[in-house]
Amino acid sequence: MYQLTGVTKRYQRGKEAIDALAGVDLTIADGDQLVVRGPTGGGKSTLLQLLGGLDRATSGTVSLDGTDLGGLSEAALTRVRAATIGFVFQSFNLIPTLSAQENVETALAPLGVKAAERARRAAEALESVGLAERLTHLPGELSGGQQQRVAIARALVKQPKVLLADEPTGNLDEDTRDDIVGLLEGLWKELGLTYVLVTHDSSIAKRAPRLAVIRKGRLKVTEREAA
Amino acid sequence: MFLTYLRRELRRRRKAALVVALGLALGIGLVITVSSVAAGMRDAQDEVLHSLYGVGTDLTVSKEADESDGGPQTFRIGPGEDGEDSTETDDRLMPLGGFQHLDASAVDDVAAQDGVDTAVGALALNDIEFKGDFRQGRIAGGAGGQAAPGQGGPGGGAGDGEGGPRIEGGGADIDVDSFTVTGVDVTRQDVGPLSSSRISDGATFGKNDTDALKAVVDSAYAKDEGLKTGDKITIKGKKFEVVGIATADTGAATANVYIPLQRAQQLSDADLEDKVSTIYVKADSSEDIPAVKDAIDENVAGASVTSASDLAEQVSGNLSTASNLATNIGRWLSVVVLVAAFLLAGLLTMSAVGRRVREFGTLKALGWRSGRVVRQVMGEAFVNGILGGVLGIALGIAGAYVVTAVAPTLDASVGPASDAPEGAVLRGPQKMLDEATTSVEVALQAPVTLSVIALAVALAAAGGLIAGCFGGWRAARLRPADALRRVE
Repeated sequence: MYQLTGVTKRYQRGKEAIDALAGVDLTIADGDQLVVRGPTGGGKSTLLQLLGGLDRATSGTVSLDGTDLGGLSEAALTRVRAATIGFVFQSFNLIPTLSAQENVETALAPLGVKAAERARRAAEALESVGLAERLTHLPGELSGGQQQRVAIARALVKQPKVLLADEPTGNLDEDTRDDIVGLLEGLWKELGLTYVLVTHDSSIAKRAPRLAVIRKGRLKVTEREAA
Repeated sequence: MFLTYLRRELRRRRKAALVVALGLALGIGLVITVSSVAAGMRDAQDEVLHSLYGVGTDLTVSKEADESDGGPQTFRIGPGEDGEDSTETDDRLMPLGGFQHLDASAVDDVAAQDGVDTAVGALALNDIEFKGDFRQGRIAGGAGGQAAPGQGGPGGGAGDGEGGPRIEGGGADIDVDSFTVTGVDVTRQDVGPLSSSRISDGATFGKNDTDALKAVVDSAYAKDEGLKTGDKITIKGKKFEVVGIATADTGAATANVYIPLQRAQQLSDADLEDKVSTIYVKADSSEDIPAVKDAIDENVAGASVTSASDLAEQVSGNLSTASNLATNIGRWLSVVVLVAAFLLAGLLTMSAVGRRVREFGTLKALGWRSGRVVRQVMGEAFVNGILGGVLGIALGIAGAYVVTAVAPTLDASVGPASDAPEGAVLRGPQKMLDEATTSVEVALQAPVTLSVIALAVALAAAGGLIAGCFGGWRAARLRPADALRRVE
């Protein structure tokens, strides 16, 4: 479970201080889905980076299962990312020189999984996102939707507790967007993940059971019945 | 994962990898070529020194000449006393200039010093034969006067009397034949002047030939004079049998003719019985050489001791110049190019990391430790370095091969060269100094040794690692959030 208390993230741009997040309080229970929406520059990605342990709050605490991520050493934070959190990025962020299967394996490498086991689990993860026939393809040989599926397989292959997706459909056409959103929701339900999705897509936001809107660093959460 | 990722990245960025590798290759190739040329210079100098010293000789002991020594030589040669045309000769066996002579007992004194394995004496002489054909001039002139024989001589010619008696005809053709003779200790030929040559025909002296009328002739001189084993050669009126032809290892022999030391001492015109001009010394070990040198300097009166390193400092000529170039300019050029190559490789690797910010940020977000990312960057840079090393070794060997194929001839002069202007008539000490100067020509080789290759591999690895450190440093400083933010 995530517990954010009075979280502020301040960036310094020259002499000007900008609060990307200003006193955010938020709780995300295990297995919950939260969709975060807001205008560009509103602080969505900053929130996701704090949740993912990629960055540290200027003030306030971000705790995951009772551990203050801001108080962890860099090495400990890296271990948390490696074992607990899966990321999906807007631009897929695949390694262009590695095949789909090898890209998925990069998520297992820091966990010390042996090569054969890595290959097996990566193949299974790709099969689960419908890319069993594309194991040896390089990212450049895959469509945008297929690349995002590879990224999803990479995020999930280590069986994380948390899945953080930053505009995962931002670079996809509508049909593919629906496929990917459907795939992510299906996996969330199937795997019981804590799932945080950042988007500016209103159609996705409408389907969210819990919506957080962020503007100028301020967060407003709306609870609703699942569609 | 490490190797797969590394292989794929190098293949994908092969142009960039090739630029880095070529930069390193240039530096490493230059280092190899310069090192090889420098090694060739050292070899050439060793050859020169060996040709002067003889293989196995560590030190030479001599006694330097005083300024007062070696005044003009006087030769008495002229027409016969009966006034008829005649052929006159004068054969002298004179000390080779540049040194005073040591008593032969000094050889034992030197041999008695701690650390001396062997000491042998040698006597360097110069056989000069003057041969003149004298023709009598005739006195002519006067009113209807009868021509009468008159004295002619060198430079004699027609008189210039106007109306008076004058000398017509007459004069002399004088040939001067000169060759160097060295008396060698026939009981110990492994050290000394003959040790720098090998017997290419016939045999060398036997150990009992101390007083024999036998000679070993240098092959170049033998060729010029048409001498072969079994022939006779006249030295100071004595006929010596040529028992062997010696070919100098470097083509430059210590002397034209070698004869037993005792014979040389007996025949010399300068009363050199029991004298030697040089003592050749072999030390027990190379580590002992400085101590042996000091001991001889201290304990043997009047001795001037020269080691190979001393002699190397006296080497002049274009070998010396080239050697200085190779060791000084070449070394610095190599260092500059190498440092530039390392910096270039480092900057290019940093730049490559800069282009892969998102990639490394993503890996860090996935839980890759900074160390793992740095290792990946350094691994790639290291392989680039090794690739550069391989190319550099190829370039360096090619460079050394070209030098060896061209084999430029270098000349070296060793000895107390006279500073007289070219064409000047040298007399006395200046002439002796000039005669003591030995010139040798050697073809430059550029041997690529295993140690040079090992150096190249080490440099390649170091270059790769330095470049990797640049890149790794940048990769380590990447914070995943910043890395991912930059591409949003």
